[in-house]
Amino acid sequence: MKTRVQPLLGAALLILSAWITGCNKPADTASSTDPGKFQGVIKIGEFASLTGKEAAFGISSHNGTQLAIDELNAAGGVLGKELKLLTEDDQSKAGEPATVVRKLITRENVVAILGEVASSRSLEAAPICQQNKIPMISPSSTNPRVTEIGDYIFRVCFIDPFQGTVMANFAKNSLKAKSVAILTDVKADYSMGLAKFFKERFVADGGKVLAEQSYSGGDKDFKAQLTSIKASNPDGLFIPGYYTDVGLILSQAKELGIQFPMFGGDGWESTKLIEISGAAAEGMFFSTHYSPELESAVAKTFVQKYQARYKEEPDAMAALGYDSAFILVEAIRKAGSTEGSKIRDVLASTKDFMGVTGKTTIDAQRNVSKPAVILTIKQGKFKYVETIAP
Amino acid sequence: MVEFLQQLINGLALGSIYALIALGYTMVYGVLRFINFAHSDVFMVGAFCGYYASKSASPFLASGTVTAAIVVLLAAMGVCALLGMIIERLAYRPLRERSKLTVLITAIGVSLLMEFTGQLVFGADPKSFRLLPSKNLQLTGGVVFNTNQVVVLGLTVVLLLALQAIVLKTRIGTAMRAVSFNHRAAALMGINIDMVISFTFGLGSALAAAAGILYAISYPSIDPLMGVMPGLKAFVAAVLGGIGNIPGAAIGGLLIGVIETMVSGYVSSTYRDAIAFAVLILILLFKPTGLLGQTSVEKV
Repeated sequence: MKTRVQPLLGAALLILSAWITGCNKPADTASSTDPGKFQGVIKIGEFASLTGKEAAFGISSHNGTQLAIDELNAAGGVLGKELKLLTEDDQSKAGEPATVVRKLITRENVVAILGEVASSRSLEAAPICQQNKIPMISPSSTNPRVTEIGDYIFRVCFIDPFQGTVMANFAKNSLKAKSVAILTDVKADYSMGLAKFFKERFVADGGKVLAEQSYSGGDKDFKAQLTSIKASNPDGLFIPGYYTDVGLILSQAKELGIQFPMFGGDGWESTKLIEISGAAAEGMFFSTHYSPELESAVAKTFVQKYQARYKEEPDAMAALGYDSAFILVEAIRKAGSTEGSKIRDVLASTKDFMGVTGKTTIDAQRNVSKPAVILTIKQGKFKYVETIAP
Repeated sequence: MVEFLQQLINGLALGSIYALIALGYTMVYGVLRFINFAHSDVFMVGAFCGYYASKSASPFLASGTVTAAIVVLLAAMGVCALLGMIIERLAYRPLRERSKLTVLITAIGVSLLMEFTGQLVFGADPKSFRLLPSKNLQLTGGVVFNTNQVVVLGLTVVLLLALQAIVLKTRIGTAMRAVSFNHRAAALMGINIDMVISFTFGLGSALAAAAGILYAISYPSIDPLMGVMPGLKAFVAAVLGGIGNIPGAAIGGLLIGVIETMVSGYVSSTYRDAIAFAVLILILLFKPTGLLGQTSVEKV
């Protein structure tokens, strides 16, 4: 009996492991169009968190990017060539972006890199792109350090000093908060940066920070921190975190009977937040890059196309992914070449590009200043509150 | 004081989940003298069983009711008991006469297999799972007791008492204790060892499933790697209480939960795990067999 079971188990393990590795292939790439139409391909690399903790962000961003690439191909590609988006999944894990981006650059010879949403992971990939002189555009990493890595690193979203200021002003003026508490994710550069800029501004304007607590992304229990925050009795709680953690925080805050308003940044914007927190998210606020309720011709057609293809409303990550691909391809077109240094130079001079998320002008620090929008959660839906210009 | 009481409640609710998982570690160690690392993944599967059971039961039972919750809990416990027995039958029984290290490494292998098969089958992104609607109960002086915490604490106590009754009052419990005391002697007395070990795995896994459901009730976001950290903490709790000792595992679990909560509440969450594990090292330095463990003479 013993001798019979073991080989069987071994075989089962082998089959399973083969199955698992087989499924780890890169995600879907651009649908190939009529080969006769194009002379060759231009490969663009993308790394995104398609699975794991921030999967909702990675998938939205990837969907937006893919939509843009397919649209551009349908319109004849660029320089007579077909665009091919090669997407790698970094599983929302630290360490993974460096591996997959290195693979995209050295093995696939991509001309440019698009990604990521989370600043920590963009910060990991950026030095590799810089070393290899491959332009990288992060669609939605807001930590200022990302573009400080080098002159090949760009972004198409606002940065956290601005977002922190927006939320500090919002807390003071709209929520009439005189004192706040802050709950930061010590594992995320995004969260640490945003908390710092928020605090600087809020204190400079005469507000008080009564409690500063922290957690590590992926934690499940926040009751200890929330209990001590509740005891300090602030007018509001700022949580610059990502949606999976924030969802649990909001629901546990409700279980502890916390009444004061809670608010955060663009890391909140996923319907998963509402799913996890349930009714606890009602009436909370966050800042982000874009709202589908905004009225602009480009945005309207984008929303229509996105809905037709993915059967859901696009969020800010999708919109920024879409814009980042258009800005990159526009630069390749203007440069007339796929050489990294030439694309870089044109990217650096991007001016008044009209995208879904508004006008994009890349400044000397390779950052962008754009308006922020504030959304609230009402009856389980994100609702537009106001736009705040830079 | 109000804050301290609130933290104590938080800590006990968290600790009781650790306690339930720790029981499985301790029972398997008691009869087989090895650490079943796949136990924390049975806990994860328990939560997912609950997730799918409550989805498929929703047409027949109004979700959010106590009846539905009990049905879901029993279904998950049944499936996981079966799973625990299958794991033992396929992975551990063929190795029973081999060295303990072989079994230990197999256990780690089974654990990884379950985690990554889970990512494939359930998907790697977190799912939200709400079994019971919660209500806050305001106590005097501003301490808040949530109905979920009441359910978690209450169910833990019930399961602990039931387990203690099974182990001390039933024939199978007597057989379990006999096997844990001495394998060969028990076999010579006519005890079917295979059956007793299977039963132990089934019982431990059912408790892990209950812990998984309770965990999902308190933290309504479940993913295939959710078992890793609680599993580690529960293992520490089992060692802390004296591995092989059932009341010890329960006390160890509660202790770890309370220490963790107090450290995050009053010191910093960054040091939470460091301090919790430092306490473990200290206790083991002064009491190497754990709080309630007995010294056993190693036979050469």
